[in-house]
Amino acid sequence: MDSIISIKDLSKVYDNGFQALKGINLEIERGEILALLGPNGAGKTTLISVITGIVSASSGSVTVDGHDNVKNYRQARQLIGLVPQELTLSAFETVWNTVRFTRGLYGASTDNAYLEQLLKDLSLWDKKDNQLRMLSGGMKRRVLIAKALSHAPRILFLDEPTAGVDVELRKDMWHMIDKLRESGVTIILTTHYIEEAEDIADRIAVINDGEILLIEDKTELMQKLGKKQLIIELREPANTVPSNLVDLDVSLSDDGTILTYTYDASADATGITKLLNLLSESGLQLKDLQTTQSSLEDIFVDLVHKDSELKPSTET
Amino acid sequence: MNFSAIKVIYRAEMMRAVNTLFQTLASPVISTSLYFIVFGSAIGSRIQTIDGVSYGLFIVPGLTMLTILTQSISNASFGIFFPKFNGTIYEILSAPLSFFEALLGYVGAAATKSFVIGCVILVTASLFVDLEIQHPIWMMSFLILTCISFSLFGFIIGLWADSFEKLQIVPILVITPLVFLGGSFYSINMLPPFWQTVSLFNPVVYLVSGFRWSFFEVSDVNVWTSLSMIFVFLALCLIIVSLMFKTGYKLKE
Repeated sequence: MDSIISIKDLSKVYDNGFQALKGINLEIERGEILALLGPNGAGKTTLISVITGIVSASSGSVTVDGHDNVKNYRQARQLIGLVPQELTLSAFETVWNTVRFTRGLYGASTDNAYLEQLLKDLSLWDKKDNQLRMLSGGMKRRVLIAKALSHAPRILFLDEPTAGVDVELRKDMWHMIDKLRESGVTIILTTHYIEEAEDIADRIAVINDGEILLIEDKTELMQKLGKKQLIIELREPANTVPSNLVDLDVSLSDDGTILTYTYDASADATGITKLLNLLSESGLQLKDLQTTQSSLEDIFVDLVHKDSELKPSTET
Repeated sequence: MNFSAIKVIYRAEMMRAVNTLFQTLASPVISTSLYFIVFGSAIGSRIQTIDGVSYGLFIVPGLTMLTILTQSISNASFGIFFPKFNGTIYEILSAPLSFFEALLGYVGAAATKSFVIGCVILVTASLFVDLEIQHPIWMMSFLILTCISFSLFGFIIGLWADSFEKLQIVPILVITPLVFLGGSFYSINMLPPFWQTVSLFNPVVYLVSGFRWSFFEVSDVNVWTSLSMIFVFLALCLIIVSLMFKTGYKLKE
């Protein structure tokens, strides 16, 4: 595995005693899109802040393409672009100047052609002389992305990129992320919109309470944890689950018209044939059949809940 | 060194002043003119010469110092406080740039602005009085050193302050009294002996006195003492800044 960011035993305890990260180990692969999924306060932003140098780690290490992010911070940071969660921009600067400013901070030489193309790609070119305070929230988000890409980074962090963003911008953004990935940029995004992770990520890391609960290839994860349900509509309502079905994972809806059978789609034997045979033996008349697959959302909620149940409450 | 980063910070800070050029220059010019009308013409005509210098002339160095001290502090403290306040500091913290480089950009720009304002005040003053500078090199050295030291001091205040109140409190409660009691408008030789001794603990006395000497060759304290005091102050600020840097300088958790 060729990892571009390597995180070892990373912990962060804030001055007020709150432990935001608890011994994180994570390898981020070159060129992948990794989604960091977790509820509010899970430690997503802290993790990004430590990698990018905004917050110092309490212990552990981060290397970015072989450069320690503290000892060789210049080389490490040069590779990184960061889109923060909040719309933090200085009000009176123009779009053009603020993008040039960021490029300069990263020590990149002036390249107006590159910046022009970047602003055009983000539909910001006609706004280039506007003051930032005149822009809408969505436009500000685009400016933050333009700033993060102004020095052509190899790694892009997007902290909650679609919070408060309309459909059009979201589409533009996914389009842009696709293009970046094609050019070999590694992308790490945090989100709590699960469909977002489901749509674009290659791998998904679930983080809760400062720990990584799981990191897995998205499709494998979906298969592994994805339960399927067979929903059987009955012609006549039944009073109880037929006696020959009680050993199976079958439940009956309150009005008695729907039987739900939960099974593991990746197992060798799903038990569907057996179920259907037993059903016809029981004499029930079927009206309709359908199957549904649990979404990442269900998987996620499941994981985080289990995690919280296992641990004694550590609310601060 | 990331010179490009220093350059863009410096330029952005200077642009802030250029965009509000009228405000940046009008306020020192107007207040200096008012001081001249009140002290120079109205009251000054009734005051005899001090150490052989007419009162109107005598107050020029003190007035200039008064303005550049306050301007240096407010420019530099706002320059670094604002990014902290609106959150854009994340950019400075995550860029491949050292604390020292950021400091050069911010303090350099604040000192430049104060220097320009100092020159504008001297030009304005020359419209009211017949200004002669005996030691131009000394004058420039005092001016530049003061701009740098107090911009650095302002930068420290900006880093330390976590509210607007704290940002204002040092300039209002410390700097303004020190400047007014530091011999800007009088010679400390005019004070009773006890207060003369007290005044010697006021660092601004040395700045004003040295600066005044470079114009008229009259001073309250020896000019070399003045120069040493500026360097002491500059060194103190540098020590504080490097200590802040080592402990995360209140920017990083």
